Amino acid sequence: PQKRVKSAQAQSKTSKIMNTFQISPSSCKVKQKPSDSKTILKQNPVEPHEYVDDQVEDSLQMALQYFEKGPIKIPSRKDKILEKHLKTVENVAWKSGLAPEAIDILLNVALSGKFGNTVNTRILKCMIPTTSISEDSVVKAVSWLCVSKCSGSTKILFYRWLVAMFDFIDHKEQINLLYGFFFASLQDDALCPYVCHLLYLLTKKENVKPFRVRKLLDLQARMGQQPHLQALLSLYKLFAPTLISVSLPVRKKIYFKNSKDLWNSAVLAVKLRNQHSFTEPRKLTFSPANFNPLKRKWKSRSVTPVLNSGSYPKECGKKEMSLSNCLSCDRSLPLERLQSFPLLLKNIHCLELPSQMGSVLNNSLLLHYVNCVRDESLLLRLYHWLNQTLQEECIWYKVNSYEQSKEFANLLDTIIRAECFLQEGFYSCEVFLYKSIPLWDGLCCRSQFLQLLSWIPVSSFSEMKPLLFDHLAQLFFTSTIYFKCSVLQSLKELLQNWLLWLSADIHMKPVMSSPLQITLDASMNSVSELIHYVGWLSTIALRLESNSTFLLHFILDFYEKVCDINIKHDLPLVVLFPPGIFYSSLLSLDTSILNQLSYIMHKYHKNLIAAKKKELVQKAKSEFSFSTKTCQQFNHYLTTMIGCLWTSKPFEKGVYIIDSKMLENTEVSKYKNSLNLVHHPSLLSYAVSFLLQESSEERTINISSIREKKWHCYLDYLFSEGLQGLKFFIKNSIHHSSVS
Amino acid sequence: MDTSDAPESTPRQSTTSSLTDYFIGTTPLQKRLESIRKQVSVLPTPPRRKIPQGSGLQENVDPQKVAFLLHKQWTLYSLTPLYKFSYANLKEYSRLLSAFIAAEKQKGLAVEVGEDFSIKVIFSTLLGMKGTQRDPEAFLVQILSKSQLPPQNREGKVLWTGWFCSIFGDSLLETVSEDFTCLPLFLANGAESNTAIIGTWFQKTFDCYFSPLTINAFNLSWLAAMWTACKMDHYVATTEFFWSVPCSPQSLDISYAIHPEDAKALWDSVHKTPGEITQEEVDLFMECLCSHFHRHFKIHLSATRLVRVSTSVASAHTDGKIKILCHKYLIGVLAYLTELAVFQVE
Repeated sequence: PQKRVKSAQAQSKTSKIMNTFQISPSSCKVKQKPSDSKTILKQNPVEPHEYVDDQVEDSLQMALQYFEKGPIKIPSRKDKILEKHLKTVENVAWKSGLAPEAIDILLNVALSGKFGNTVNTRILKCMIPTTSISEDSVVKAVSWLCVSKCSGSTKILFYRWLVAMFDFIDHKEQINLLYGFFFASLQDDALCPYVCHLLYLLTKKENVKPFRVRKLLDLQARMGQQPHLQALLSLYKLFAPTLISVSLPVRKKIYFKNSKDLWNSAVLAVKLRNQHSFTEPRKLTFSPANFNPLKRKWKSRSVTPVLNSGSYPKECGKKEMSLSNCLSCDRSLPLERLQSFPLLLKNIHCLELPSQMGSVLNNSLLLHYVNCVRDESLLLRLYHWLNQTLQEECIWYKVNSYEQSKEFANLLDTIIRAECFLQEGFYSCEVFLYKSIPLWDGLCCRSQFLQLLSWIPVSSFSEMKPLLFDHLAQLFFTSTIYFKCSVLQSLKELLQNWLLWLSADIHMKPVMSSPLQITLDASMNSVSELIHYVGWLSTIALRLESNSTFLLHFILDFYEKVCDINIKHDLPLVVLFPPGIFYSSLLSLDTSILNQLSYIMHKYHKNLIAAKKKELVQKAKSEFSFSTKTCQQFNHYLTTMIGCLWTSKPFEKGVYIIDSKMLENTEVSKYKNSLNLVHHPSLLSYAVSFLLQESSEERTINISSIREKKWHCYLDYLFSEGLQGLKFFIKNSIHHSSVS
Repeated sequence: MDTSDAPESTPRQSTTSSLTDYFIGTTPLQKRLESIRKQVSVLPTPPRRKIPQGSGLQENVDPQKVAFLLHKQWTLYSLTPLYKFSYANLKEYSRLLSAFIAAEKQKGLAVEVGEDFSIKVIFSTLLGMKGTQRDPEAFLVQILSKSQLPPQNREGKVLWTGWFCSIFGDSLLETVSEDFTCLPLFLANGAESNTAIIGTWFQKTFDCYFSPLTINAFNLSWLAAMWTACKMDHYVATTEFFWSVPCSPQSLDISYAIHPEDAKALWDSVHKTPGEITQEEVDLFMECLCSHFHRHFKIHLSATRLVRVSTSVASAHTDGKIKILCHKYLIGVLAYLTELAVFQVE
């Protein structure tokens, strides 16, 4: 049965235009073809390659329909409709290739001789598959050759096409059954060279027969020593040396004029598409298919190497290894055949690693493998490859084109996806960041660069700082607020990755050996240094951006991670935010900032209490000691916050005591109240709407009337408005403060 | 807002040892990373070097082969360590590489390994071409065209030559395991298309990576100073510098030739520490040359770019082309180039 692949949407559209189509509810359609009585069932599986938008798809379908039905009258030379449809087909074909079904239809058209020679030629020239050609179509096309409806030149073109696209035909068994037919076509002098080439590709050992050898020798006697005949003869001789006694020249020259040149670029494009669609499973395939035929001579067309199992070096030790030997060895599973996860599991002990390690980046199955095999030389190979590739492809090292920068971004995307998949950074990327950040403009591939940054493995921060973070700081201070926010975002991710690694690591080791103890301290030190660094960046950034709320959000996002390290990750660390961030948030005009601040304060509180408890329990073997300064600092923040929001006695206690005279000088009447939950500039609107809700008929509202009982109602109102952070903070702190 | 216990992706389980390794620095990769950190943080080249002395070649070196390497223009590449390369298999490599070249040249046809082709590939070691005993043996790859003359004078024309070497390449050695062979410097002479084919074969077979090795102006000045400092019995070429001025429509090249003895005299006047060259001396040497030029032509060469240096010892172009003239200092020149290659590979 023949299938036509088409998206459901496109199909329904087509049906509106083409009333010969009928749609059955199951969206399968049955159509009676006038030419033969065979019923063709057309289904519509979803085609993954269809990026073509509906319009193009529609017009392609119309064109196919047109060609299939054939012209109503004999087309005149300049038939506009014909021309339009031809153009459509050509455009689609050269852009994204044709589906096997489209090729099937068009081959039929071209070889049945419905149209003139020029049309046939044009159709044949654009028979470019998206990924493959079905064997059936070829067999059907060959059957047209028997009825001689098409001209000699069309036949030649067809053979050339067959040779060029030979690798894309999905099966070849049936075509091989037609061997005798092709062989008979050798008689035709014009076809002979092309048929020879086809036979050269098609011949198997069992095709070599004495009568064919005789025929070939006859032909050679008649036509002279033609290179194409010699090619076929030498192939025959390779298969059956006993059958051919004539000597063939040892020196090889090019046997066939390149039949592919018509389709050279198209063939490359198809190969590339196939290469990318190869990796399984689909959702994890990386790197979009784009290619650049002018690309360096040195490497294959894509930056990452093609997956090839590496049999060379291993097999080389053996003395005699002939081609057949090499082909017959089946001890280990070649990577080309590794298509699914179960296959990987079954063959994990005898997997041949790729000859070029860089190819694993594009293959999720092999990434699984890399993930569990900690082979040092495997990692070294990947390291070297990645290192050099990044260095060579990096676009801010040299002047270059848009194409290149896109390619580089794609490479980085591939790497980042692999890193996310492995949940681990590559050393080469870290090295790349060190080497390239001094030259980076902060714009080029920004998101990729910053993502790479977030995958740097845990290591000594003080060592990394001069190499990376000092440069980053320079860029940070001199760039826009958006850049600042994205840097903070990726630093947050970096922190998160570090915390995950560290917490996983600690819990794997129940007994702490002494060297690890040191490393734990060292790594905790690193984390705290990272947090201090971000604190420093943020404080200055807030000043530069005049306390932008937007920026403050990103900063507080970072501290949301920081405040919960002790409890969430079970790591002995509590680092507070610097005063600059605390006060900016406390005095912010934005409610959500105040809410976020309250949430963070609440979490800090819990973490500190947990840490204190742990300290009491493990007095002897103190994992870490919080400096009393941290506690003091927190208490100060807490009292300040309570003083402002709750007790209306702002800045009376703590480290930063502000002289009341100074506050009076601001000429704010009732300055004491002006930062409490009712009067706080970010909550004022809540207070007003609360009062309006309470008594909407009153003309004037007195905000100061929210006191005592009403105060508590007001609190409930605030909490119901989604200020969860504030709720946590108040419930937690006020309770405790009243107790103490 | 983060609701405190949002699910986070679980980290990999197998990192257990990696963290410990990280801080103790046991694995080769860790060592490598550490050395790179040091490298990036300090100047790329050490501020002082030894002046090349004597021949430095090991005794078992084949003089014919060395002579073959001289007076040819080589294009430089850096090369990452070769994986599973074995000196015992050179013959096998010859066969495989010649089959590969044949296949590349006549795309689309089946080629049987070991069959007769019009070309011949020869792998041979360059015995003694090393700086220390730890350096792996250098080796040479040649492509000969097979003449159709009778076998006795079958020595065909050399179509392409390339060789791999490591002279004092210790620093790279320390950071790889024994599966690898470190020959960071690759020199090729012949058509670039051949270099591409052969390079591709090496990349596919030994999972290595070739990158063109260019020599920047900073390193060219070092080369100029070092080569001027070399003691020569007789000079075969003038000392010449090329400076390039980027201007449109065509860039302007300034050639600056000095009598080699004058150059040596200038060097001797700036040179202080015996047997060693320091960064200050190199800078001073170049400054003197430039100020001399400025006095005569009122052109500040320091504002232009040094692109080529040629002396009686060797000549080098910033594109990564080198020609070695003096047998005596072959090892010295290669040692510096190895250093550059190692730096690029790391």
